[in-house]
Amino acid sequence: MTDSSASNSRQKRDFGLKRRYAAERRFRLFGQAAIGVGLFFLAALLFTVFSKGYTAFGQTSLNLDITFDAQLIDKNNARATDPDVLLTPNYAVLARDALAMKLGLGKLSSKDRKLVDGIISNGTKVQLRDMVMANPAIIGTTQNIWILAEADIDSANKGQIDLSVDEKRRKVSDRQLEWMAQLKADGTLAQRFNFGLFRNGASSRPEMAGLGAAMIGSLYMMLIVLVLALPIGVAASIYLEEFAPKNRFTDIIEVNINNLAAVPSIVFGLLGLALFINFAGLPRSASLVGGLVLTLMTLPTIIIATRAALKAVPPSIRSAALGIGASRMQMVFHHVLPLAAPGVLTGTIIGLAQALGETAPLLLIGMVAFITDAPVTPLDPATALPVQIFMWANEAERAFVERTSGAIIVLLMFLAVMNITAILLRKHFERRW
Amino acid sequence: MKTERILTVLSSALILSAATVSNAAARDQVQVAGSSTVLPYAKIVAENFGETFPKFKTPVVESGGSSAGLKEFCKGVGSDTIDVANSSRAIKQSEVEACKANGVDEIIEVKIGYDGIVFATDIDGPNLAIEPIDLYKALAAKIVVGGTLVDNPNKTWDEVNPAFPKWDIAAYIPGEKHGTREVFEEKVLKIGCESAGGLEARLAAGMAKKDAERDCMAVRKDGRAVDIDGDYTETLARIEANKTGLGVFGLSFYGNNADKLKVATVGGIVPSTETIASGQYPVSRPLYFYVKKAHIGVIPGLKEYVEYFTSDEMVGPDSPLADYGLVAAPDEEREATRQNVMDGKIM
Repeated sequence: MTDSSASNSRQKRDFGLKRRYAAERRFRLFGQAAIGVGLFFLAALLFTVFSKGYTAFGQTSLNLDITFDAQLIDKNNARATDPDVLLTPNYAVLARDALAMKLGLGKLSSKDRKLVDGIISNGTKVQLRDMVMANPAIIGTTQNIWILAEADIDSANKGQIDLSVDEKRRKVSDRQLEWMAQLKADGTLAQRFNFGLFRNGASSRPEMAGLGAAMIGSLYMMLIVLVLALPIGVAASIYLEEFAPKNRFTDIIEVNINNLAAVPSIVFGLLGLALFINFAGLPRSASLVGGLVLTLMTLPTIIIATRAALKAVPPSIRSAALGIGASRMQMVFHHVLPLAAPGVLTGTIIGLAQALGETAPLLLIGMVAFITDAPVTPLDPATALPVQIFMWANEAERAFVERTSGAIIVLLMFLAVMNITAILLRKHFERRW
Repeated sequence: MKTERILTVLSSALILSAATVSNAAARDQVQVAGSSTVLPYAKIVAENFGETFPKFKTPVVESGGSSAGLKEFCKGVGSDTIDVANSSRAIKQSEVEACKANGVDEIIEVKIGYDGIVFATDIDGPNLAIEPIDLYKALAAKIVVGGTLVDNPNKTWDEVNPAFPKWDIAAYIPGEKHGTREVFEEKVLKIGCESAGGLEARLAAGMAKKDAERDCMAVRKDGRAVDIDGDYTETLARIEANKTGLGVFGLSFYGNNADKLKVATVGGIVPSTETIASGQYPVSRPLYFYVKKAHIGVIPGLKEYVEYFTSDEMVGPDSPLADYGLVAAPDEEREATRQNVMDGKIM
């Protein structure tokens, strides 16, 4: 009797155990599937970006012996009295002549001239002019320099243009392809590392377009966010967490901060337009305004992270500090805040990384713009890294496809560095209780 | 106490920096905003302008659309408002009035040239010869069948015109916020509607002329005509994904991607800068920009920028803009534009 009832209850228990094990196995499987899907999409994203973008870090260039012909540049020898005469000559002719000589072409027919011009970047004339302006002594000499190739030649060299289609349908002609092969064979035409991508501002000529201006704009904005959001956010959280009385009013503030963290960023852009540009009269497109808008956007993130970090400091630390006679302010600044610092830093860096990748609020304050000159002060017109990606993605020229992906790689690198810093800082300073 | 002092210094530094910043100096740089169609041209001009006139800063060109640009333009006069609005359509009367209400009563209109709108399929597609009536029959919401107006029953292109391939109808047309959409409606659907007898049928059904015309231009909403709200790059991606789709592009975009797309003739004419300049190719539109006269002489470089933009060096038949795909206006028209700019003739 006792025996059978015991075995009976064991049977019942076994049945339940089996079902619960099965449920657990299913749950693990779902979890692994979820992670698998996530990893698959991440891998697909990284693969497309890197496979399309790595070519952007090399740029097809031409190594030419360019003669700075005094006849063409300064016929009347007036540069000593009036340096501005050096601004106007047609410097493009110098590069064209040098290339034609390299190709062994004699006097160019007008059709050939167009084809030869089509190999050289349109920006070469500025490059040569700047060389002459910087050092007029080179007039009359021959210099060996690297100049950029036209974007279409670059795309053809990288195999991004379908050369099997009819000649009329592509931007590079058969004649130019022949020349390219010839120049490649004698080492005139080669791929070089694309420093311009990090140095130049935006350009309508793909081969000259770079992220330089956008990176400086982003840097200014990050500095402004850091300088404003960190002290304000930390001060607000310390007050709310350590000093403020817990009542209805502070509850409402807390709910509002949590809500603000979820507000779409474009709303902050609208606010910035109304408050900073229309009301305060700050200049459009300036990184200062962008930084202020992103500060508003980042504040809730920092406040929430800081409050969580402060909460995680055990009350015994506070009691001990107060117990040996510290004031509340001393307790906070000497004991609680240093212990909460790793959490605050992590929250700040994650907030900054979020702000770095933001475009929507910048649209309304005029930062989605074509800007060639790198900003000198935060009041100069500037743009940001993600904005540059957006603008390049909409360009018609083939050469901008690789640049778009290249810029994404650069942005991802920045984000990765910031997030890794956050992890390392946390690892280094974190204390377990 | 140390921390207290740090806090005081920090907060006073913040207040100080905010105070100095609010006395921002006047602008020394031209600011342009508006149409995404005009953007590539304005960029080329701005860049060349900056290189040709080293004493001026390179103008800042924002994108965002014709309407958004004109709205920003009409906000008022002063260095905190933009100087030039690019537009892929003429300014509307309502916009002129909005401008006036904010004190912008002197506007100079500058026509920079023409832009063609082309229809293209994947490079491996057949050679298509399209008439406006075909596009109307394929894409309109309601067409005439057997004398009565019915919801568009056509499912494949060969039902529209037996000369077309037996492809499911899938057309990627610009979304309603684009200036290009208006041209597509006016120059293709409306004309197709008239020649298909759709307009007559609507008038006969008792519609007022204006309503009938608007109804003619309504595009079917059953998913066969897809609105593209992004740029032409998105349309191109759709064509690459669906090889039997038909896309609407700007001529300059097609010119840059001719190794991926095959262009259709409209009315038997192949779109090119020549056929558009001569007016043979029917689907084209003028491009404009608008300048605040009050800013000329105040913003450094604005006058020079406008003069440089209208010079033959930029918008002539053998200019960088023409190379990019702008259809240059006829000689007399360009000359007249330059004269207007010189005289500062306002609208």
